[in-house]
Amino acid sequence: MFGNTDLQQLVFGRLTLDAIPLHDPILLVTFVVVALGGGALLAAITYFRLWGYLWTEWFTSVDHKKIGIMYIVLALIMLMRGFADALMMRAQQAMAFGANEGYLPPHHYDQIFTAHGVIMIFFVAMPFVTGLMNFVVPLQIGARDVSFPFLNNFSFWMTAAGAVMVMMSLFVGEFARTGWLAFPPLSGPAYSPGVGVDYYIWALQIAGVGTLLSGINLVVTIVKMRAPGMSMMKMPVFTWTSLCTNVLIVAAFPVLTAVLTLLMLDRYVGTNFFSNDLGGNPMMYVNLIWIWGHPEVYILILPAFGVFSEVVSTFSGKRLFGYASMVYATVVITILSYLVWLHHFFTMGSGASVNSFFGITTMIISIPTGAKIFNWLFTMYRGRVRFEVPMLWTVGFMFTFTIGGMTGVLLAVPPADFVLHNSLFLVAHFHNVIIGGVLFGMFAGTVYWFPKAFGFKLDPFWGKVSFWFWLTGFWFAFAPLYVLGLMGVTRRVQHFEDPSLQIWFVIAAFGAVLVLCGILAFLASIVVAFMKREELKDVTGDPWNGRTLEWATASPPPAYNFAFSPIVHDNDAFSDMKKRGYKRPLEGFRAIHMPKNTGAGVILAALSVICGFAMIWYIWWLAALSFVAIIGYTIAHSFNYDRDFHIPVEDVVAEEDRRTRALMATGA
Amino acid sequence: MANASHAALAGTEEEPRFYVAEEEGHAEGGTLLGFWIYLMSDCLIFAVLFACYGVYGRSFAAGPTPADLFDLRLIAFATAMLLFSSITYGFAMLEMERKRKGATLLWLAVTGLFGLAFLGVELYEFNHLIHEGAGPQRSAFLSSFFALVGTHGLHVTFGVIWLVVLMIQVAQRGLVADNRRRLMCLSMFWHFLDVIWIGVFSYVYLLGVLQ
Amino acid sequence: MAVLRRTRLRALAMLPLLALMGGCNLVVMNPSGDVAAQQSDLIVVSTLLMLIIIVPVIAATFWFAYRYRASNAQAKYDPDWHHSTGLEVLIWTAPLMIIIALGAVTWISTHLLDPYRPLGRIAPGQPVTPETQTLKVEVVALDWKWMFFYPDYGIATINELAAPVDMPIEFKLTSAAQMTAFYVPALAGMIYTMPGMETTLHAVINEDGVYDGLASHYNGPGFSRMRFKFHGLDQAGFDGWVQKVKAQGEPLTRESYLEVEKPSEGNPPRYFNLVEPGLYQAILGMCVEPGKMCMQEMMAIDAQGGVAENHEANRERLVHDRTGSHEGFGYGSNYGGGGHGGSEAPGATTPASGRESRSEEQPEGMTPDENGPAPAPGENIQDGHAGHGAEGTAPGAPGAPPPAESGSAAPAQLNQQ
Repeated sequence: MFGNTDLQQLVFGRLTLDAIPLHDPILLVTFVVVALGGGALLAAITYFRLWGYLWTEWFTSVDHKKIGIMYIVLALIMLMRGFADALMMRAQQAMAFGANEGYLPPHHYDQIFTAHGVIMIFFVAMPFVTGLMNFVVPLQIGARDVSFPFLNNFSFWMTAAGAVMVMMSLFVGEFARTGWLAFPPLSGPAYSPGVGVDYYIWALQIAGVGTLLSGINLVVTIVKMRAPGMSMMKMPVFTWTSLCTNVLIVAAFPVLTAVLTLLMLDRYVGTNFFSNDLGGNPMMYVNLIWIWGHPEVYILILPAFGVFSEVVSTFSGKRLFGYASMVYATVVITILSYLVWLHHFFTMGSGASVNSFFGITTMIISIPTGAKIFNWLFTMYRGRVRFEVPMLWTVGFMFTFTIGGMTGVLLAVPPADFVLHNSLFLVAHFHNVIIGGVLFGMFAGTVYWFPKAFGFKLDPFWGKVSFWFWLTGFWFAFAPLYVLGLMGVTRRVQHFEDPSLQIWFVIAAFGAVLVLCGILAFLASIVVAFMKREELKDVTGDPWNGRTLEWATASPPPAYNFAFSPIVHDNDAFSDMKKRGYKRPLEGFRAIHMPKNTGAGVILAALSVICGFAMIWYIWWLAALSFVAIIGYTIAHSFNYDRDFHIPVEDVVAEEDRRTRALMATGA
Repeated sequence: MANASHAALAGTEEEPRFYVAEEEGHAEGGTLLGFWIYLMSDCLIFAVLFACYGVYGRSFAAGPTPADLFDLRLIAFATAMLLFSSITYGFAMLEMERKRKGATLLWLAVTGLFGLAFLGVELYEFNHLIHEGAGPQRSAFLSSFFALVGTHGLHVTFGVIWLVVLMIQVAQRGLVADNRRRLMCLSMFWHFLDVIWIGVFSYVYLLGVLQ
Repeated sequence: MAVLRRTRLRALAMLPLLALMGGCNLVVMNPSGDVAAQQSDLIVVSTLLMLIIIVPVIAATFWFAYRYRASNAQAKYDPDWHHSTGLEVLIWTAPLMIIIALGAVTWISTHLLDPYRPLGRIAPGQPVTPETQTLKVEVVALDWKWMFFYPDYGIATINELAAPVDMPIEFKLTSAAQMTAFYVPALAGMIYTMPGMETTLHAVINEDGVYDGLASHYNGPGFSRMRFKFHGLDQAGFDGWVQKVKAQGEPLTRESYLEVEKPSEGNPPRYFNLVEPGLYQAILGMCVEPGKMCMQEMMAIDAQGGVAENHEANRERLVHDRTGSHEGFGYGSNYGGGGHGGSEAPGATTPASGRESRSEEQPEGMTPDENGPAPAPGENIQDGHAGHGAEGTAPGAPGAPPPAESGSAAPAQLNQQ
C-alpha cells in the first residue's frame, strides 16, 4: 500500500486493509445489512430533521428518565446483535455433525460465542438493568433527578462507547476468541496476538467506567435524596434491590477493572501476571475475575427481583407479603455473593475442604432466594390477581427460575459439579436463571413502566404473544441442553462426531426460532402500541392502580418529576395517599432548580472510543493525542461553573394546568 | 427535611400532609458521600493489586528479590515527602476554613511540590530498577511491584494535575462553595493516597527488605 | 451409600426421564466407573432433596395464580394481609432444613469423592486392599491432543487411553500449553490440566468397553477435536494392549516430543515405546526444550532468596510462551477471515512489550544474597545445556528436587496462600 512500511506502521499501527473482512461472505453480508440499515436510519433522521431534536432533547440530556430510556434502547439494539449470534451458534451446532463441518469454521465460531456472552451480559443485561433503575428509582423515592445528573449522562455514553467498540470489531479486525471471560494463557499475548482480546479489554474497560460511576450515582441518590418521611424500611422493594445492586457494582467492578488492567499489562507491557513464564500464574486471573463475576450475577438478578416484587403486589391488589424479610433476604444475598466465587472452578482441584466451603455458602444463598419466592407466592394468596402482561412474565419467572435455581444448587455440590461443569447442563442452568430471571424481569419491568415513560400502554395482545413465545421458546431451546449435559456434552464445541446428539440440537435450534418470534412480537407490541397510542393512552398517570410514588405524577412525568416533593407516611406511599384521600396540589407552585444539559458526556465518550481504537491497533500517536484530549477536555469542563438553572414558575404552572385539564376531561 | 417529615407524621391524625410546600427545588446531592464511595471503590483496585503482590511477591523467577533491589533510605525519603504533603494539605484546608485565599494557595503549592518530589523519587527508582534488568517483565514479583507502586504513582500524578487545576480555579474565582467542595474532595483523595502509601511502604518495602 | 438404595433411587429418578427419551445415552447418569456412579447418585439424591421444596412451590404458584385470579369472586380478598410471623418462620426454615441436609451431604461427599483422595473401593462392596495394584497414568494436555504416559511400562500414547477393569487408576495431570480439563464422562468427573502445575485424579472403570474422553474446557481453535477413546479392558486385554503399544510404538525422546508437541488437531492415536525417563517431569517443569530452567528448580532458587546478580540468563531460560510458535493453527491468524495466519510480523504483535535487550550495565549498590546457596548463574546455564540429551542430568530428573510432592505448584497452593 505504502512503499514505506515503517511510515505506514507509524501512522496506522497494525491496522491494514486486511483488517476489513472482505473475504468472509457472512461478515460481508452482515456488514452490508448493518450499513444499509444504519444508513437508512441516519438518512431518515436527517430527512425528518431530527438531529437537533435528538442532540438537545436526548443525547445531551441529564434527565434521568431520558437516560434510562436510552439505556434500554441500547439494550434492545444489542439484544438483536447478541441474539443473532445465538441463532448462528444454534444453527452451527444443529448441522455440524460427522462429515458436515457446518458453516462456521472454529475461528469464526469461537468469536461468536465470545461475543454472544460479552454482549448479552455487558451490553444487554447491564444497560437494561441500569436503564430501568435510572428511570424508576428517582421517581420511586420522590426525587427530581439523581445526585449527579451529568455523571449519569457520561455513564450512559461510556456504556454506549463500549458497545460501539464491540460492534466495530465485527467489521474492523476481529473479536476475542477466548470465551466471555477471556481466561489466560489463551487470552495472553502468546496465544492471542491479534486485536480480538484488545477489543474485548478496551470495550469492557470503557463501559466499566460508566457502570462504576452510575453505581456510585445511584447509591448516593438512594441514600441522600429520598422524599421526606421515606425511611430505609419504607423504601419500595425495587429501590431496595437497586441500592443493593449498586453497592455490589461499586464493590465488584473495581476488581474487574483491576484484573483487566493486569491482563492489559501482560499484553502491552509484557509483564508476567497471567503468563506461564517467570512466576506468573493464569489461575490468579480465574480467581480474580470470578470475584467480580459472581457478584455480577446478583447485580443482574436483584433488580429483576425488585421488579417482580412491585409487579406481584400491584397486580394482586395487595401489599407485598413479608416486606421486612424481603429486604433482609436482599441484603443477605448481597453479602453472600462475595463468598461463593470459587464454585465456578471446583474442578481446579482446590481440595475438599475449600470446595465444600464454597459449595455450602452457595447453597445458603438459596435460602433467602427461596424466602423471596415464598413472599411473592403469599402476596398472590388472598389477592385479586389481574393477568396483565407484567404479571404473566412474573408467573412465568416463578416457574422457570425455581427450576433454574434448583439446577444451580445441584451445580453447587462439588462432586456433582465435577461431571456437570463446562457441560451444556451448566449452559442450560445459567440461561435458565438469566433468561428466566433477569430477562423476564426486565420485560415485566418494561411493560409495567412503559406507560409511565411514554404515556400509553404497550399493546397487550402482542405482549402476550411475546410472553408465550419466549416461555415455550426458552424451554424448547434449553431443556435439550440439560439432557445433552447429562449425556456428557460440553460447551463451546463447534463440531460433533456422535450423530445421536443431533436431534437435541435441532430441537434447541427450533426453540431459538420460537424465541426469535418472541423478540419480534415484543417489538410488534411497541410498534402497534405507538399506532394505537390514543386508544392505549394513560391520562391518570396511574394505569395499573399502582402503589408507589412514581404513579403519583403524570405519564410521562414532567422534567422535574414532582412539582412538590412528596411526603411519605407508610410503605406503598402512593397507595397510602390514595387511601387517605390525597388531593393533587393545584396552586402554590414555585420555580424549580434543575441541572443543565451538556454535551460533555458524548464528547468524552467519543474521545474514549478513539483512544481505545488507537490502543487496539497500536496507533500510538492517536492514542496519546486522544488521551491528552480527554484530560484536557475534562479540565476545561471543570471550568464551567454554570451548570444549573431554574424552571420558571410559569412553565411549572402551565405544565401542571395542562395535566389538570387532561384529568378533568376524562373525569378522573 | 427531617423536621418537615416529623411534623407531617405528627399530623397524621387529622389532615396528613402529602407534599412539601415550602421547599427550594433540587436537593443537594451529597458530592462528598459520592466521592467517598468512589475512593472506596478505588481502594478495592488497590486491594486487588495488594493481593497480587501477596501471591506473586515471592515469585522471583530466579531473579532479584526485594532485599536485592530496594534502597530503604530512598524510600523513607519519598515517604516523608508524601506524609509532609498530607500535612501541608491539611494546613491548606485550615486556611480555606478561615477564608484566606492567598494562604490556601500557598499551602496547596507546597503540597504540590512535595507531591512532585515524591514522584521524582519514584521515577528515579523505576528508572534505576529497569536499568538493572529488574523491570516489570523480569518476574511476576516485579510485575506486581511495578503495578502496585506504579498505580499509586499514577494516582499521585493525577492528584498533582488536579491540584494545579484547582489552584487556578481558586485563584480565578476565590473560595466559592463549588471550589471549597472540590478542595474537600481532593483533600480526601490526597489523604487516601497517603494511607495507601503507608500500606505499600510497610507491606512491600519494609517487609520485603526485612524478610 | 448402599447399592440397594442407589439403584432404587436411580430407577426412581430415571422413570420419567426414560419415558421422555427412549434410548438416548445419558452417560453422566449411567456411567461405567465407580467414581462417576457415586457422582451420579449424588445428583439424584440432591435433586430429590430439592424437589421436596421445589414441587410444592411450583404447584402453589399455579394454584394461587388460578385460585386468586381477578375473575374469581369466590376467593377471599384480603388486601391488607401482608404479615404472618408463623408463615415467615416457615418460609425461612423450610429451605434452611433442606440446605442443612444438602450441606451435610455436600461436606461428606466432597471429601469422599475428592479427586486427590486415593480410592477406598473399587466398586460397591469391593474395598481397596493393600494388595490392590494401582495403574499410574501421567496425562499431558497438548494443543490439541492428549498424551498419556504409563511410567510403569515405559510407554506413552497420543489420544488413546486404556486401563484394566477394576484396577484403581491414579492420574497425574498437567498441560504443556493451555489450561483445559480432562474428562471421561463414563469414568469420573473432570479436572483441570494447567501448565506448570499438576493435578491428581483417582478413578476406576468397572465395565469393559470403549468410552469417549475429551477436553472439556475451551482452549482454542482445535478444542472441538481434542478427543480420545478410553478403553476399559480386562487384564489380558490390557496386557495385550501394552504389548501392542510396545511393538508398534516409536521411541519418544525430548527431540521427538518437541515435534509432537507442536499444535495439531484431529490426531489419530499414536504409540510410543522407549520413553525417555523424566520426560513427564520435564513437561511439568516446562523445561523439555534445551536450555530451559525447570519450574521446580526456579521455585527452589526462589525459596532460597532468588538471584541477586547476573540473573539475565535465567530470564531467557524461563520464557516459554513463544509468540511465533502457534502460527498457522488459528492462534497466529489475526482477523476473522479464513486462515491467512501470520500475515503480521511477529514483532508487531508486542511492540510495546518492552522486551528490548536490557542494559549490559553491572548492577550497582546491590548486595548479593549471602546466605542463600543459590546456584551461581554460570552453573545454571551449563546445567541447562547439559540437560539436553544427557541422561540423568536432565532438569527435573533425579537430582532436581522431587517436584510432584514438594515443589510443583499444585493449584491448591494458590488457594491456600
